[in-house]
Amino acid sequence: MNTLYRSILGGRSGTIGFVVLALLLLVLLPLTLDAFRLNNISKYLSLSFVAIGLVMCWGYGGILSLGQGLFWGLGGYCMAAFLKLEAAANIAKEAGSDQINALTTVGLPDFMDWNQVTELPWFWYPFKSLPFTFALMIVVPTVIAYIVGTAMFKRRVGGVYFAIITQALCWAMELLFVTRQGWTGGINGITDLRTMLGWDIRSPSAQQILYFVTCGGVLGCILFGRWLLSTKFGKLLMAVRDMEDRVRFSGYDVANIKTTVFCIAAAMSAIGGAFFVLNVGFMSPKLITIEPSIYMVIFCAVGGRMSLLGAVYGTLAVSYGRTFFSEEFPALWYFLMGSVFILVTMVFPQGLAGITAWAAPTWRWLTRNFRTPPPSPPEAVAQEATKP
Amino acid sequence: MIYPHYALELESLTVSFDGFKAVNGVTLYVNKDELRVIIGPNGAGKTTLLDLICGRTKPTDGKITFMDKVLTRMPEQEIVRAGVVRKFQTPSIYPKLSVLENLEVSHPKGRTAFGAIFFRRTPDVTARIHEVAEQVFLKDLLMSEAEHLSHGQKQWLEIGMLLMADPQLLLLDEPVAGMSVREREQTAELLRSICKGRSAVVIEHDMKFVRRIADKVTVMHQGKVLAEGPMDEIENDPRVVEVYLGH
Repeated sequence: MNTLYRSILGGRSGTIGFVVLALLLLVLLPLTLDAFRLNNISKYLSLSFVAIGLVMCWGYGGILSLGQGLFWGLGGYCMAAFLKLEAAANIAKEAGSDQINALTTVGLPDFMDWNQVTELPWFWYPFKSLPFTFALMIVVPTVIAYIVGTAMFKRRVGGVYFAIITQALCWAMELLFVTRQGWTGGINGITDLRTMLGWDIRSPSAQQILYFVTCGGVLGCILFGRWLLSTKFGKLLMAVRDMEDRVRFSGYDVANIKTTVFCIAAAMSAIGGAFFVLNVGFMSPKLITIEPSIYMVIFCAVGGRMSLLGAVYGTLAVSYGRTFFSEEFPALWYFLMGSVFILVTMVFPQGLAGITAWAAPTWRWLTRNFRTPPPSPPEAVAQEATKP
Repeated sequence: MIYPHYALELESLTVSFDGFKAVNGVTLYVNKDELRVIIGPNGAGKTTLLDLICGRTKPTDGKITFMDKVLTRMPEQEIVRAGVVRKFQTPSIYPKLSVLENLEVSHPKGRTAFGAIFFRRTPDVTARIHEVAEQVFLKDLLMSEAEHLSHGQKQWLEIGMLLMADPQLLLLDEPVAGMSVREREQTAELLRSICKGRSAVVIEHDMKFVRRIADKVTVMHQGKVLAEGPMDEIENDPRVVEVYLGH
């Protein structure tokens, strides 16, 4: 129990940080924000899964991926596929076999019909079942991450080269999704998702429930991440980041370690993507391409790339800033966002998490003068007395 | 005919970088329990030779055998698992981890990703860490972050990390570089004690140190073996004096 307390919660300070975040997400925000803003927060939180994955992958493992949108998107598309098939089935139920009334081929997602796809493609069939959808949502991104990771890391591709390759992959995937309109909904993505197993996910009460489920997912990922980083594997990640050759010449297969963390980050991103679809009700290739992927790295950098909690704060702060600046200063918001990034990286290279490291000693220093000093230990007094 | 059984056998080992032969037809045999020192001027190919043995560089030609295992084309981690470990010239330690964690990460249990995730610091792991830390003079510093150690202590830590795996062959590249006189003496003692029951190949420039530790010395020059033998023989070899010791 004690070791679990240490490894998962990170001792006293780790527990305080975790509880503060949990209170903020589960109590403070739901009490103070209206339904629209709260749904915005759910949207941001579904992105923070990626940032948490990046803390492990990039902050600890030193693997910078500029293509996390790929995995996030795959998770989201899997979820969207399930919801879309249900939507199509609902239409079929209402309209019967009346094609004119249904405005689409009965039982087929509408975009397929618009693209002259008359039969459900084989790879859409598993998404008729929710358990299969959940499984594929994790398995597909993980397998792709495994293939990419193995191919790259076995060949010792790392650093900037790896980052560029992930970015290219992300772009290739966007192109694939845009051009294969009949299979993926093309540039519009998969839209008009309303129910999940008959549960109306667009209703205010469902949105609220989904908000709390998303929070649970985020907090769960943080605990999982803390546990993982507390194991020898977590230390190995830092070892690989700082001194890759030493790890290799200690008998480890470095590629295997890097691939594993890359897969874990990918799976986490995918879960985030699925939550996004549930919270927002659509998925589009614009959300998974290069620009969002770079934003994901920025979330992580602003939050502090060595801090799992920071990843969440970073995502919330940057996403909120983006919304706020674009609402208030539509012409200037890019510049304002840019200045914030420059400021944060210059003043707090450790990100927002660096503030706590800086604030704690300052707080102690400020409060020191108001506390009575502890009585000196007797030996010190005795020593003091014997001094000439 | 009785075949002499060596621990490490290098046979006409050659590596060429764009036509430049950094190591050129080196044949070298190291006995079990032997501490071999390799000396030679800069650019003689000493470090490249260690790179070849530990698999960092793949040879163009020749054969490396260790305890009847052919290492020539093995991946680095397999070579380590066969019992051959390497210390680099500049201390290679994990700066952000504590001394204890540095040693723990070097423990041979849990060498796959999943093995590492489910690795537990059992009492025998802790005992082993303390044992090694004591050997390399770091038992009072177990909790300090490795980047705050002195240069000499970092060198010791890396040697300790190698010892965690209980290797059969140590490859040490300038283990006393940058150490104080006192630290050098301690390190010489350390090497003598840890090389009991295992072989070692050490690259070193400090002749006083070499004299203290070496069983046998190999002199390399321009990628080739120039001379080989006990230290006093080597010191009086006119060819060696001319290319190396005379300077």
